[in-house]
Amino acid sequence: METKDIKRDEFVINVGPQHPSTHGVLRLELWLDGEDIIDSKPHLGYIHRGIEKMSEALGYKQFIYLTSRMDYLSAHMNNQACSLAIEKGLQVEAPPRAQVIRVLMAELSRLASHQLWWGALGLDLGAVSPFFYAFREREMILEIFEETCGSRLTMNYITPGGVVNDLHPDFVKKVKKLIEQLKGNLHEYDQLLTGNAILQARTRGVGKLTAEDAISLGCTGPVARASGVKCDVRKLHPYDGYDKVDFEEVLNDKGDNFARYWLRIAEMEQSIRIIEQLIDNIPEGSYREKLKGVVKLPAGEYYQRVETARGELGVYIVSDGKKEPYRVRFRTPNFSNLNALRPMLKGAKIGDMVSMMATLDLIIPDIDR
Amino acid sequence: MNSIYQYFRAIWYGFSSLWKGMMLTGHYLVHPKKILTEQYPENRDTLYIPDRFQGEVVLPHDENNEHLCTGCTICEMNCPNGSIKIITQQVVTPEGKKKKELDKWVYHLGLCTFCGQCIDACPQDAIKMSNAFEHSVYDRKVLTKVLNQPGSKLKSAKK
Repeated sequence: METKDIKRDEFVINVGPQHPSTHGVLRLELWLDGEDIIDSKPHLGYIHRGIEKMSEALGYKQFIYLTSRMDYLSAHMNNQACSLAIEKGLQVEAPPRAQVIRVLMAELSRLASHQLWWGALGLDLGAVSPFFYAFREREMILEIFEETCGSRLTMNYITPGGVVNDLHPDFVKKVKKLIEQLKGNLHEYDQLLTGNAILQARTRGVGKLTAEDAISLGCTGPVARASGVKCDVRKLHPYDGYDKVDFEEVLNDKGDNFARYWLRIAEMEQSIRIIEQLIDNIPEGSYREKLKGVVKLPAGEYYQRVETARGELGVYIVSDGKKEPYRVRFRTPNFSNLNALRPMLKGAKIGDMVSMMATLDLIIPDIDR
Repeated sequence: MNSIYQYFRAIWYGFSSLWKGMMLTGHYLVHPKKILTEQYPENRDTLYIPDRFQGEVVLPHDENNEHLCTGCTICEMNCPNGSIKIITQQVVTPEGKKKKELDKWVYHLGLCTFCGQCIDACPQDAIKMSNAFEHSVYDRKVLTKVLNQPGSKLKSAKK
């Protein structure tokens, strides 16, 4: 791209790093011909914190809290991925109660994450009120997290061997109340935004991503599923008892912005379905397998993948038998999903860029790590 | 003819969907009881903060000014950010034995990420998280705290 000669009507603009629609510090270099986008190039690294390198200096139990800061809306799933990888190395399994708690927490955070996405999408497309409606239910979920885990966003609740604390006595009651309220309020989402003429015009047929592109660029999660690619890790490689719960992998073959929008709304319903199945069937017993104070993994390589709210998160740990990992690598979903932006933007109008980025649901700290 | 029909249909669709959304906002306008906004600094007295909320690390003392910390420094080793520093001292007990004892439990609130791993690791359950959350101060030095009170002692084993 650097070698390209700029023709007379072509020019380059920078979107970000302080642009509100990039949801963080992402800079997009756009090559334009009038209003048409010829090419684009994302510039990363504005929020790079070196989480992978920092993990090499910390113990196996300690570095997990850093992963809550990668994709902060799927903090539970990130912690779960690391815990599962470490459990793989130690050859222990979390007790059944802990597994159910983990799945419940993961699905609750998926709900919270999709709700924030829905509100932010409305905000990006010029509608302010959806943001408040989305935060109404999200606030309830965060209150549940606060009561059980002790924090609202960066929980550090799931740990190797189980979970840190037992469930709060009010947990079941509050989740049931949340589900009831959410079921009553989901139609408001459709009433407020889905049927809206502006949203329909800005999403239908815009930002098409073919299934071939989605596979070759490594897209996962709702982005790939909206193009018809079956990639739900919960179905393909079940972990923590996801094979015992009954839910559907929602698919759509259109691949445009509206398909991604529709798919996330449908995924929220599936999350509610999973929570409903488990909330009355939390097994009794221990919630944590006691591990040694200093965990040492036997030398070797361990990989675990988990479905976060945005796609497949892979944790790759190389151990040389010491108390710190030799190398930790995270395969984060947002980094791969960002690749989908370039084929989508090619030939599109600049006004559609915002809606494409909104439906990709990018979390920038997850891209940079 | 068809294009004119499409044109007016689009206008009708735009207005009707706008009206549908406005109906919902209007519904909440006339139902103020459903509004969830809290007036934060004013409602401090009635604010509900869960017991488990991780606000800051505290070292509870009982009425005899005694705490449970033996100065084993396990919390210091488990802290990922170095926000804990345990300073111990050698004391001679009345029986003439040398013993390691807690001198200062230094806590850097400015470095703490509230992950709770010190609480999780403490073998004596001496420290816990309080649910205080209003931590902003004007001077950075105030954020470095000594948690054990002056003159406090280790609680002796239950008789």
